Amino acid sequence: MNAMTQVQWLWPVLPELVLGVGAMVMLMVGVGIHQSERSASIVNAWCIALLVLVAATLVYVPAGRTELFGGSFVIDDYARFLKLLAITGSAGALLLSLDYLSMDKQQRFEYGVLFLLSTLGMMVLISANDLIALYLGLELMSLPLYVVAASNRDSIRSTEAGLKYFVLGALSSGMLLYGASLIYGFTGTVNFAGIAKATGQGANLGLIFGLVFLFVGFCFKISAVPFHMWTPDVYEGAPTPVTAFFAAAPKVAGIAIFVRATVVAFPGITHEWQQIVVFVSIASMVLGAFAAIGQKNIKRLMAYSSIGHMGFALVGLAAGTQEGVQGVLVYMSIYVVMTLGTFACILSMRRDGMLVENISDLAGLARTKPAMAFFLAMLLFSLAGIPPLAGFFAKFYVFLAAIKAGLYVLAVIGVLASVVGAYYYLTIVKIMYFDEPAKSFQPMPGLLTLVLAVAGLINILFFAYPGPLLGAATAAAKSLF
Amino acid sequence: MNWPILSVVTFLPLLGALFICLVRGNDGLAKGTARWVAMWTTLVTFAISLVMVMRFDPTSADFQFSENHPWLGVANYHMGVDGISLPFVILTTALMPICILASWTSVQKRVKEYMIAFLVLETLMIGTFSALDLVLFYLFFEGGLIPMFLIIGVWGGQRRVYASFKFFLYTLLGSVLMLLAIMAMYWEAGTTDIPTLMKHGFPLGMQKWAWLAFFASFAVKMPMWPVHTWLPDAHVEAPTAGSVILAAILLKMGGYGFLRFSIPMFPAASHDFAPLIFTLSVVAIIYTSLVALMQEDVKKLIAYSSVAHMGFVTMGIFAGTTQGIAGGIFQMISHGIVSGALFLCVGVVYDRMHTREIAFYGGLVNRMPVYAAIFMVFTLANVGLPGTSGFVGEFLALIGTFKNNIAVATFATLGVILSAAYALWLYRKMVFGTLKPALAGISDIGFREAVIFAPLVILTILFGVAPKPVLDMSAASVAQLLDGYNKAIKTAEQPPLPAPRADVAPLVIPVSAVR
Repeated sequence: MNAMTQVQWLWPVLPELVLGVGAMVMLMVGVGIHQSERSASIVNAWCIALLVLVAATLVYVPAGRTELFGGSFVIDDYARFLKLLAITGSAGALLLSLDYLSMDKQQRFEYGVLFLLSTLGMMVLISANDLIALYLGLELMSLPLYVVAASNRDSIRSTEAGLKYFVLGALSSGMLLYGASLIYGFTGTVNFAGIAKATGQGANLGLIFGLVFLFVGFCFKISAVPFHMWTPDVYEGAPTPVTAFFAAAPKVAGIAIFVRATVVAFPGITHEWQQIVVFVSIASMVLGAFAAIGQKNIKRLMAYSSIGHMGFALVGLAAGTQEGVQGVLVYMSIYVVMTLGTFACILSMRRDGMLVENISDLAGLARTKPAMAFFLAMLLFSLAGIPPLAGFFAKFYVFLAAIKAGLYVLAVIGVLASVVGAYYYLTIVKIMYFDEPAKSFQPMPGLLTLVLAVAGLINILFFAYPGPLLGAATAAAKSLF
Repeated sequence: MNWPILSVVTFLPLLGALFICLVRGNDGLAKGTARWVAMWTTLVTFAISLVMVMRFDPTSADFQFSENHPWLGVANYHMGVDGISLPFVILTTALMPICILASWTSVQKRVKEYMIAFLVLETLMIGTFSALDLVLFYLFFEGGLIPMFLIIGVWGGQRRVYASFKFFLYTLLGSVLMLLAIMAMYWEAGTTDIPTLMKHGFPLGMQKWAWLAFFASFAVKMPMWPVHTWLPDAHVEAPTAGSVILAAILLKMGGYGFLRFSIPMFPAASHDFAPLIFTLSVVAIIYTSLVALMQEDVKKLIAYSSVAHMGFVTMGIFAGTTQGIAGGIFQMISHGIVSGALFLCVGVVYDRMHTREIAFYGGLVNRMPVYAAIFMVFTLANVGLPGTSGFVGEFLALIGTFKNNIAVATFATLGVILSAAYALWLYRKMVFGTLKPALAGISDIGFREAVIFAPLVILTILFGVAPKPVLDMSAASVAQLLDGYNKAIKTAEQPPLPAPRADVAPLVIPVSAVR
């Protein structure tokens, strides 16, 4: 094999290569240059540029389905769609970070580099086609997350969040690994297609045990009930832009592998895993809705909200059909946009140089900052799933799939949970619009305004031009079946 | 001319709202601009909707001014009006300028946002009545919650937070079940196109569930007893114009929904569930009338009377007769004008005295003779006095029900007496008697208020003596609706034949088995 064919052979992983090499280069630049706030901020800004470049190289990945590295790595429309989404989430969260890091005097170049490495892990995870690549991707994604959660190293809350996340994350990784080894033991292969072939005749108990442990790992990563306990504490403790990152990008990758592994590797035992997914979905939606009601801290509230949203996304997976997967993809896309927009608002809740996190601090925002209040209100209505905002369409497509699959109980409980969920989103709108104004926030930094405006406009205007996203999601879902 | 007149009517208010968004500042000038922009937008919308009336062909039962564009894949952007929906579109466009005018001086706080909320609400209301796709309908139907929530919550009275939450969550709870039914209908029929679904003929088992799901939504919106409890709260706390919109248009979405979806799409289920509707309607008519008698708050009294009047509507709609349905539609239009006007009447004295307590008022006729006369017209229309529009609707609905179920109609007629009792009692307490000392300085209605009331008085009396224009407009559509309903019921009542199904392969006995 000469050098030329080598390169062509690696062509499909170009985005990953660019990101991996780029992250190393950023690390070296960061170490090499003069250590200062300013240079660190430049490195972090370059990290965003690199993510944009990676997104651009995704276009050059050959179309159709390609398998690499002996079938452990697969590129298809599904992977392309979700990689773009994960990169959007990461880049968005990094954009949200820049102003925060400068204002709180926490500019460190490692921050951006860790984001990049985690994103690389997500991309590997999204393309994983066997259990080994799955585990590698998952760990590469998670390890930087533990570090960035504790990146505010002088704060007890932040270090506690990092430690908590690490210990529980390690536990869940262990369980996942245990499940993977059981599956390997009972099927004799780690490849998804091979597992599918081996389970074609039906399930045996050992395999189902393996599946359950595998699901434990997935549920932990996407913070689905009953493996959600870490979420509120970590969301609250981590620096706010890191929370935004947690809420957006790793969730996308987690859901991506959850869907790919179940749909591709276990179509023979759909009935078995469907029960688990239905339970997890119902539990997440209901707990997310009820537990959020009593929250005073907006980051904790967003944690419970994200638990609920993962439950809604899983409704699509529970259907186990192409429509269901399409629903999940639409849901995650809109979820990422809504989350980034909402966190842009949370990051602008700054008074006298200090970030405030209580929901009551938003009082009367409609009069002190009408534009921000309007966009945030629309995002909250959208999170609640009220038409004509984007969040409605997200819920629409997953429930559409659930109804087709005959999961009526799941659908009814789901929509009722969304009504309960609407209550706490309304509470925030009420505080912003009905209550007497509190002291005004500091002016919103430019980058946050940009993210909020883009996310807010997409959210409001999605109904007018839904074609591109729906088309892409349909194509992506088709590539799994 | 081939411009999309219906879309223009629907989205013109939204354009006006965007324009107000661009207005800077919060001073008197900005307030004035917002008011005038809203006024002109609603007036132009009304004018264009009148063009639509002129071009409307009342002899046809088809959907007119149709527009159909691909949109979601699942659903299309399909708009159109027929004789059932057009009256509601006109009612909406006609009442909006009046609402804007009624808020001219009474709303001083956050005027820009107020006008934006109303204009957005107008777009959503017109869209609800003219959408010909279930998903599009749901979009408009539910979208209306957001501006109304803000209108009640921001510009409302003392307990506005409670009222706005109750309004929002109640309505949402009913509607999400309808959404699931919409999805099930999509998978059954392969489309969400309303005209196609009307001809689809859903299987009986599914009709029942889907009917109940739609009922959950429309019964809350209507509102029917016992899910009416959000209405008195919402009415009492909403600002005057908000109450007007709520009573005059938002409530009609429930009745419109029954006419547009429940009856044509699930005729057998509608027939089966008619006794349920009758029972709830009669309870609503009698019980809420009695409750109205006990009220101390003017707005609450009118709110309960609305529930009672909506009872006539649901009763008429499900009577399954031409008179019943025509009466239901007419009653909704008439109630839209009359109850809207009654809330405006309350608004007049509320603006002056800032209380809605009935006991506070008395002897208003001494200081406000013109107001007393206007109030009397609407009170009598609310009672259903012959010669006012209220009479025609109630009368038709009752006749229609008599043909079907005498007992129900008899009980409902008792409600008419009760409505006379509470309405006249209210009028006597507030307008007659000796003038309360606190009211000595109250002034009669001014020019702006006269302009508001003039068209409403004229319409109330005009439709009372000459209801033909409204009845004619919807006659063809009602006839077609009823035709389909009766046919479907006949089919459903026949002994179940092995119906030929397209998706089942014809039974062929294998030759080998015969040997």
